[in-house]
Amino acid sequence: MRAVGHRPTNEAQTIMSEIQDYRSRLSDPASRRFETFSYLPPMSEAQIRRQVEYIVGKGWNAAVEHTEPENMAGSYWYMWKLPMFGETSVDRILAEAEACRRAHPAHHVRLVGYDKYKQTQGTAMVVFRGNTV
Amino acid sequence: MNAPAVQFGHIRSIYTQHAKEAEVKRTADRSYSAGVKEYRETYWEPAYQFKDTDILACFKITPQAGVDREEAAAAVAAESSTGTWTTVWTDLLTDLEYYKGRAYRIEDVPGDASCFYAFIAYPIDLFEEGSVVNVFTSLVGNVFGFKAIRALRLEDVRFPIAYVKTCGGPPHGIQVERDIMNKYGRPLLGCTIKPKLGLSAKNYGRAVYECLRGGLDFTKDDENVNSQPFMRWRDRFAFVAEAVKKAQAETGERKGHYLNVTAPTPEEMYKRAEFAKSLDMPIIMHDFLTGGFCANTGLANWCRENRMLLHIHRAMHAVIDRDRHHGIHFRVLTKALRLSGGDHLHTGTVVGKLEGDRQSTLGWIDLLREKYVKEDRSRGIFFDQDWGSMPGAFAVASGGIHVWHVPALLSIFGDDAVFQFGGGTLGHPWGNAAGAAANRTALEACVEARNQGRNVDKEGKDILIAASKSSPELKAAMETWKEIKFEFDTVDKLDVARA
Repeated sequence: MRAVGHRPTNEAQTIMSEIQDYRSRLSDPASRRFETFSYLPPMSEAQIRRQVEYIVGKGWNAAVEHTEPENMAGSYWYMWKLPMFGETSVDRILAEAEACRRAHPAHHVRLVGYDKYKQTQGTAMVVFRGNTV
Repeated sequence: MNAPAVQFGHIRSIYTQHAKEAEVKRTADRSYSAGVKEYRETYWEPAYQFKDTDILACFKITPQAGVDREEAAAAVAAESSTGTWTTVWTDLLTDLEYYKGRAYRIEDVPGDASCFYAFIAYPIDLFEEGSVVNVFTSLVGNVFGFKAIRALRLEDVRFPIAYVKTCGGPPHGIQVERDIMNKYGRPLLGCTIKPKLGLSAKNYGRAVYECLRGGLDFTKDDENVNSQPFMRWRDRFAFVAEAVKKAQAETGERKGHYLNVTAPTPEEMYKRAEFAKSLDMPIIMHDFLTGGFCANTGLANWCRENRMLLHIHRAMHAVIDRDRHHGIHFRVLTKALRLSGGDHLHTGTVVGKLEGDRQSTLGWIDLLREKYVKEDRSRGIFFDQDWGSMPGAFAVASGGIHVWHVPALLSIFGDDAVFQFGGGTLGHPWGNAAGAAANRTALEACVEARNQGRNVDKEGKDILIAASKSSPELKAAMETWKEIKFEFDTVDKLDVARA
């Protein structure tokens, strides 16, 4: 029998034995991230719709951009047409993002909300993840 | 030899009557008459309509017993502008009516009868253009040691747009930093490397690399890491640069480490800044109070010219801003920094281990970030402040924060902030990378939920629990820190009447 107050296990040892390595590698394309929301699982169609609603609700101009995965580090991705100035139809914005993906299935596709008053992007998120390299 | 000192070395009360007579005579014939007169005759002007170009200040004055409010307010106006304790003949060689500061309003301090607010207007020509140094040398100079007041606190300053336009301000500002770092639609994440003192440069770089590969945007030198014998700055910079570059290549995201260039001399500071630039690093840091406004403004200019972001730490601020009756309120130090220049400023967290009342913090983060801030006494803001085109800076919430604080931090600070963890990343049971991934996942889950219209403050727990289902790192972090809270009352409260 143990004395009262004696800890049955060494807590530090218990934690050490459960340590998980955080895996990322230069050589492993799965380590690549895409900025905002890329530490969450890929968004479902319904989740993407909610984010488009957010952009429209903020009064920002939605835009769709895409890139070859090997060129994702640059500031300028390819524009999918022009930003959708004044577009408030969530369906139409989603349709353009989907059309971009169908045309470039291997590319990363991101959704941008341009905030013209702050002269920056109010938000930007990769909604379709291509084949990372 | 001591004759002049003897001649002028009398205390005010003896001379009051004489001074009144002298003033009457002086006004009558404009001739010079030596002596000491009451400040209120010259510096108290309740009818004064301040100009758009005046610098306005609100002081909280605790006078000595027997000194009335108008005289104390006028004395502060005098001593912080043109006046000295006695009349001097050279006063008559200039137009003091034009140059003097004027106390123009007195108000009660809610809930505190020991002191009062005095509002003072200073003509813009009293101050050198673009010089935070000069403004503060006047406003918080000798006047703070003045014997007729027991304590004095500079509560707020209105900088006219005409003066704001003469200052450089943040080298880049929030929008440009977002574009440089490619971070949109969310707050940024940082971590201060610990232990703050004693690591070798190579081991330090290891800690940086682990945090950045795990998902943080920035890591940070602790403020007291400069160039000590255990880790000289050149070695630290070089190893950190390797860490930043590898983490960028590994994650495909843009990263930075605030390389602290705070140094014993400006020459040394610039040398370190140049080396950071030669390593292609995006950001450096400076301590604006211990380093000083002069060094800070110069460094901000250097950063603007060299496309280097500038993170600003605020060591020594609590010495200056914590006492409710004496010193300078942090909202004023915030304005000083925005004028002097910095792209980030530590603002407190409200929820972590360091002092900071919520309403008051909301006030000064607006002063740091917004284009125009209206007077709002409920947040301690005494004046409308127009920043014109001067960029805003990121608010940095740092000190004792961890994943459980993220919902509250997002709701308090919004997107234009850096949540700066320390132990909240490094203390993760699986190490820095896992700690960083936990921080990042928690943040992104809260941002996604907020964008969906959910109340992250109220639903924070549910949001984090849901996110932890796909993130074992977040789950472990939530278990590690679930009991840690910092619930002490703040010392520096806003002035409100208490029942």
